Amino acid sequence: MKILNRRDFGVAVAAAILLPATTARADDMDVHIDNFVFQPAELTVKVGTTVTWTNRDDIPHTVVSAGKFRSKTLDTDDKFSFTFTNAGDYKYFCSLHPHMTGMIKVE
Amino acid sequence: MSGHDHGDDGVSRRKVLECMTWAGTGVLWTITGGVPRSLGIIDSAQAATAAASGMTFLQISDSHVGFDKPANPNALGTLEEAVNKINAMPAKPSFMIHTGDITHLSKAAEFDNAERIISQSKLDVHYVPGEHDFLDEDVKFYRERYGRGTRGAGWYSFDAGGVHFIGLVNVVDLKAGGLGNLGAEQLAWLEDDLRGKSKSTPIVLFAHIPLWTVYPEWGWGTEDGGRALEYVKGFGSVTVLNGHIHQVMQKVEGNVTFHTARSTAFPQPAPGTAPSPGPMKVEDARLRAMLGVASVNFKQNEQRLAIIDTPLQG
Repeated sequence: MKILNRRDFGVAVAAAILLPATTARADDMDVHIDNFVFQPAELTVKVGTTVTWTNRDDIPHTVVSAGKFRSKTLDTDDKFSFTFTNAGDYKYFCSLHPHMTGMIKVE
Repeated sequence: MSGHDHGDDGVSRRKVLECMTWAGTGVLWTITGGVPRSLGIIDSAQAATAAASGMTFLQISDSHVGFDKPANPNALGTLEEAVNKINAMPAKPSFMIHTGDITHLSKAAEFDNAERIISQSKLDVHYVPGEHDFLDEDVKFYRERYGRGTRGAGWYSFDAGGVHFIGLVNVVDLKAGGLGNLGAEQLAWLEDDLRGKSKSTPIVLFAHIPLWTVYPEWGWGTEDGGRALEYVKGFGSVTVLNGHIHQVMQKVEGNVTFHTARSTAFPQPAPGTAPSPGPMKVEDARLRAMLGVASVNFKQNEQRLAIIDTPLQG
């Protein structure tokens, strides 16, 4: 149960919800960009989790959370990772296509 | 000056759209009383007549040099085809404007390649940046190449043939959840730029993202575009040219005509007809009918602009 396929964020999301709070280590999580949408748009993770965004569009995107993190421009299949060391709600968006928004809830 | 012919605006939007669908190599548009009127399928003789009657300029947009995905693996090649079309025009336009996304990833080599091809037109080119031209860390490639003599992120104005042209930048400092953005500094400059101008001066505003709200769900609009349009409201003839959405779309509001240009690189879906914007894969045979350039004809003293959209292939 603890060895999660990083590529399968759906399982990861389910695991994050189902696993008891005593889990030894936070599991890494993935967000994909498909069709100008962050998927999942909202993700709840534990402190210490590394989230990796992958751009699967033919158009470049960015991942920006004001004052918290800012990716470089991600071309097709480029990735950006950020490790969340503090609890809180991290709203983020694509600075090129600002209608694209997402949120990482860290608890 | 009362060059506006308000009695001759009986063309419905539906009719205008019909005209677009039967476009062969392009449709010649005359803007009368703020309403675009199609003069029919353009042929060489007609284009020559239109060009001879007044100042013409050309719009080119969304070259995306560097784009190599299946929607068009050779964006540089189709840009070159567009430039060949321009060079084959029966009358040389006075100049060209490029409404942004010259490159796909703001790389130096992409800017170099774009310049190499576009310069073959031997026309003066007035640029505004698209969001794809501002991707390098320091945003220096666009500015060093095209930003000379401009304000802020690259806005400026100039006069040509009695028309006042204003290039605006709406791709910087975009806010989460928002649309394109001009910003307070640029708007103040615009207001100042227009102050004291005769209301009979024809105005052409151009920017990358449409200044009007085309489809906010896809970010196709400018948050504070309405402010810019307030400043031009009193003018008798206003034409707003944009790129970004890679398809021809027109709207008329009072004396303001909005027009978006095709891309020379790849088409995008019509609003709401796909899960998202972005490159649209079409049959190879159809691609060139969905790419192209626009030329605009200004007739001296008539306050009329004719917009001719020319696909790379009919």
